[in-house]
Amino acid sequence: MIFVTVGSQLGFDRMTAAVAQWARARGRTDLFFQTGATAADLRGFASEPLLGASEIARLYDEADLVVAHAGTGSIIECMLRGKPIIVLPRSAALHETRNDHQFATARCFAERAGVHVAWSEAELAPLLDRAVDPRGGITGGAGIGPHADERLLAALRAFVAE
Amino acid sequence: MSARRRRVLLVSSSGGHWTELRRLAPAFDACERVWCSVLPEMRAQVAPDAFHLVPDASRWNKLRLLWSALRVALVLLRVRPDVVVSTGAAPGFFAISLAWLVGARSVWVDSIANAEELSLSGQKATRVATLTLTQWPSLGEALPTDAAARRRGTVYFGGSVV
Repeated sequence: MIFVTVGSQLGFDRMTAAVAQWARARGRTDLFFQTGATAADLRGFASEPLLGASEIARLYDEADLVVAHAGTGSIIECMLRGKPIIVLPRSAALHETRNDHQFATARCFAERAGVHVAWSEAELAPLLDRAVDPRGGITGGAGIGPHADERLLAALRAFVAE
Repeated sequence: MSARRRRVLLVSSSGGHWTELRRLAPAFDACERVWCSVLPEMRAQVAPDAFHLVPDASRWNKLRLLWSALRVALVLLRVRPDVVVSTGAAPGFFAISLAWLVGARSVWVDSIANAEELSLSGQKATRVATLTLTQWPSLGEALPTDAAARRRGTVYFGGSVV
């Protein structure tokens, strides 16, 4: 199953529609779309505008692949589970968010194993094709632990103790 | 540390901010942890720790911002924390700005989403927080181990949530 998620705040039809179009072209229906507000044609697919926390956790658990906006929540959920994620950054010029911080997030996380970046919606279909091909080289990372790194935890412990 | 357990109030909005905030939890295992965020379902995610619900707001809606700030102030007065911690965005910024109401020290951990410049709320929080941390080495100075060597209003790199 492929979990497609735009996060909890704003719709992101540039991504939603591109993934739906790819799935139709490949005859796949094993996708779940979390869309926010949407005008995309999602007939034939499971979809919800918003999901509760437990439902989101279940979908991340069950997904073989996640396609998401370049939000840190989505990325961290996949890193936790060692799942591959394809992210498309939201663009400020297209009024998809207030600034281009998701491009910065994507640039920085692109170095981490399991995180794959589509810099435009046109790059989604080729990445998706690779991701569903066992030889495509799109895999998850080793998985990270449930907590922040020890350096940050130590800094915060020291601050509280001051 | 004093004989009394320090009380730490952890505040954020939803999505990635909340995901990042929860990854800081073990830093405060020796403290009384109290959480404050914007969705009712979060209570179960941090149980048995105490949880306070406040309204979220973005800078597009001034009236809602004011309402959120007021509710955050009430939580501060009820909880009376020794330390306030936030990963953003609006409710966390209010909690850090108003920490002086109860004489609490405060630490802003700028979201890992802001890889190339500090978030807007982080830039503002830097002026009022006791300590401001970025998760990207290029955006901050090395955090001194000696608290006396630290300067207020300076952004420090102190590790990351992943």
